[in-house]
Amino acid sequence: MNELLIKSRGVSKSYGRKTALDRVDLDVGRDRIVGLLGPNGSGKTTFIKLLCGLLQPNCGELAVNGQKIGPETKAQISYLPDRMYFADWMKATDLFDLFRDFYRDFDYDKALAMCRSLGVDPKDKLKSMSKGTKEKVQLVLVMARKAQLYLLDEPIAGVDPAARDFILQTILTNYNEEGTVLISTHLISDIEKVLDEVVFLKEGRVMLHNTVDNIRENEGKSVDALFREIFRAQPMEGGNF
Amino acid sequence: MEWKLTDDRPIWLQLSEQLARRIITGVYPPGSRLPSVRELASQAGVNPNTMQRALAQLEQDGLAKADRTAGRLVTQDTAVLEAARRAEAQVAINQYFDAMAELGYARVQAAELLKEENL
Repeated sequence: MNELLIKSRGVSKSYGRKTALDRVDLDVGRDRIVGLLGPNGSGKTTFIKLLCGLLQPNCGELAVNGQKIGPETKAQISYLPDRMYFADWMKATDLFDLFRDFYRDFDYDKALAMCRSLGVDPKDKLKSMSKGTKEKVQLVLVMARKAQLYLLDEPIAGVDPAARDFILQTILTNYNEEGTVLISTHLISDIEKVLDEVVFLKEGRVMLHNTVDNIRENEGKSVDALFREIFRAQPMEGGNF
Repeated sequence: MEWKLTDDRPIWLQLSEQLARRIITGVYPPGSRLPSVRELASQAGVNPNTMQRALAQLEQDGLAKADRTAGRLVTQDTAVLEAARRAEAQVAINQYFDAMAELGYARVQAAELLKEENL
């Protein structure tokens, strides 16, 4: 078993002339919950998609569990995309069937149990579900796998604050203990206390990678406060508005 | 009992203080088994690794000890418990003096006022 779960060396990705990631070096270990934080457009989703193999880097090397991104790494990664990709005539149980066929590590009974605790009826069609309920179903699909790496892209963006706590609780109690959870978000204050460490992305580069406790100890403030300080909007020169 | 976490200090430290307080006040009685790491982490809504660190601190302070089989037991050493209670009391006393100093009372005056309270 490889010590490092994610190893990124000089990874860059651009869309046409627009650079999304700029020579990203990053090491992430096992058994931890990591926050991938940054303002909109800082490269969070791009990095996650590279790890999933949905995008190819322009240059650099990226490995998960010591292997290049490919079918082997995909089998070990459970990915929650930032938007829904299922047909809305399906029921949650249809999706569970699909996932059971696709992923060896999908635990059907666990998925049903999670639905119960989240108050979702798995026999309902997606079409009849609210946005928040759909997000819960997606989360169930992702967390019911026993993966090495969970990649959660904005898992709490679309739900109310009470449901957020519930979702975080679900993540905490269900992730595989040898695995790592990487959560991208800009809702830091909601998520800070569940994180072991954070990675700050700014304009496609890693500008900080440290544990939450170290940050609080060294800076005497929360990660949320530090984030606001670093990313405070700078008005463009001459732009007095 | 609620878990209260503030922004200015490491989370594990705050958790370990609150666990210690629960032991001192008898929420977790001497000799009893503490809830598991996962259970406590879930209650407080924090990461299990963070709770683990808080519990390790309790062990270091002698308030809890790892059991041979599994989990942790609250200490039965009354001297250790009493010392921890005294330390907590000292914190409360200092807070009183600080608050009074802010109002302009010297420590002696503050102590006098306390004596005048109907006890």
